[in-house]
Amino acid sequence: MKELTCIVCPRGCRLVVDEENDYATAGNACPRGAEYAHAELTAPTRVLTSTVAVTGGIHPRCPVKTAAAIPKGLLPAAMRRIRAVCLAAPVQEGQVVIPDLLGTGVDLVACRDLPRAD
Amino acid sequence: MNGLYYDVIVIGGGPAGMAAALSAREQGAPKVLLIERDCELGGILNQCIHNGFGLHYFKQELTGPEYAGRFIRRLDGAGIEVWLDTMVLELDGLCLHTVSAAGGYRVVRAGSVVLAMGCRERTRGAIGIPGSRPAGIFTAGAAQRYVNIEGYLVGRRVLILGSGDIGLIMARRMTLEGASVLACVEVMPYSGGLARNIVQCLHDYDIPLLLSHTIVEIRGKNRVEQAVVAAVDGDRRPIPGTEQVFDCDTILLSVGLIPENELSRAAGIAIDPHTKGAVVYENMQTSLPGVFACGNVLHVHDLVDYVTAESQRAGRAAADYAAGQRREGAELELCAGDGVGYTVPQRLHLAHLDKTVPMFFRPRRVYGTCAVVARQNGRQVGRFRRERMAPGEMEQVALPALLLQDDGPVTLCVEEDA
Repeated sequence: MKELTCIVCPRGCRLVVDEENDYATAGNACPRGAEYAHAELTAPTRVLTSTVAVTGGIHPRCPVKTAAAIPKGLLPAAMRRIRAVCLAAPVQEGQVVIPDLLGTGVDLVACRDLPRAD
Repeated sequence: MNGLYYDVIVIGGGPAGMAAALSAREQGAPKVLLIERDCELGGILNQCIHNGFGLHYFKQELTGPEYAGRFIRRLDGAGIEVWLDTMVLELDGLCLHTVSAAGGYRVVRAGSVVLAMGCRERTRGAIGIPGSRPAGIFTAGAAQRYVNIEGYLVGRRVLILGSGDIGLIMARRMTLEGASVLACVEVMPYSGGLARNIVQCLHDYDIPLLLSHTIVEIRGKNRVEQAVVAAVDGDRRPIPGTEQVFDCDTILLSVGLIPENELSRAAGIAIDPHTKGAVVYENMQTSLPGVFACGNVLHVHDLVDYVTAESQRAGRAAADYAAGQRREGAELELCAGDGVGYTVPQRLHLAHLDKTVPMFFRPRRVYGTCAVVARQNGRQVGRFRRERMAPGEMEQVALPALLLQDDGPVTLCVEEDA
């Protein structure tokens, strides 16, 4: 038996997971909690948010995120890859910044419009 | 006086102000003005680049800038005038004195006003940490702005004081950007942040959370060099002999937020000493007729989704007021009883209630299985079961309006199972 705090939503359900019994989960208020428990104990994933450099924009950084969760173990490598990027303004929200980040099949996308500084 | 008049004027272009302005317009206010002191709309959401926003309102997980972006795009073409880079200097009844580089000094009259100025962080001065005064001490939100918008990492070896959500989020953010976060130090025996943030911001990165601990000394001449941390007793007094020294160059403070009510106070609006925001009625109207308040300027929220919902109510009510609708008649007071820190709203117009009256509150401490009970003159008017409550998480109950009478104050309290 393993105890987890669900991080899917701000409710933060306290989960009790039976690893011996196909990860049967108790304490979850919704089905997403059981999915989270299974993933967390087998192949944990996280959505990564960070920023990338931008030239010519109203701010020097643009927020980005992975369009879906990626394996937790890849976060440090993903941060190194993200640090190497520099965009030129204007940036559009949803614009793909790095396609197929580290071969995960998940794109890194821009989280806001960043107009050119006039 | 020049002739500038708007039906509804909203002060502050963050999530609260944007939602209030949009709802005022949708409710039929012909001329709506949104005033923002920054160079762009979005408020603090612009620097909250982490995800987890919008789960209630949009039913999906967005980052702060994405949540703001949805409202910014809705404002485009909604027929709402927006003044950026503009400060409101004074609120004099329903008359605003404003100043901006582009427009100069302008006096604007309103049919109604919505206060949505948000909050700011408590600083070192507010909590009185002894020690020298070197560089390297930031509020967590200031560091967040430096890192996420300006692109500066504020330090390499970081200690975080306070376990509010911004501190937890910054612990993860600084770690991802290559800094070492040595510990998060919390004076209370429980965290002030959401449970999910303890897991995904501290546990994920093996950052220790030291509960019932505080910083007793900061050392360093020009830059922070060390912080001395000690355990505290039940009265939050440091226990001699428990000191440990951290070698760090940076201290981030996440020790609470204060609604920014300078304008409201100067306008003579009644302020609740517990929320540090205006006293409001069920429609978010303050003690000054025609002036409404919503979002973090009213009381500090944990979730922007609730800010949006509250601000939409304020915006609609402001439009109704500007159109001549008044709420009058018998009034009820809502009081915080045992175990309840505060309630919002604090007053009700008995004749103007919907079927249920949403009531927001924070418990004073952590509770296990318990009941939240509302009583009027000894009579129970509502009872709500809770599995767990904590001061870090705002609670909501819906009182049935039918059971409320012109019979004295309604008191909300927490009753634990025997």
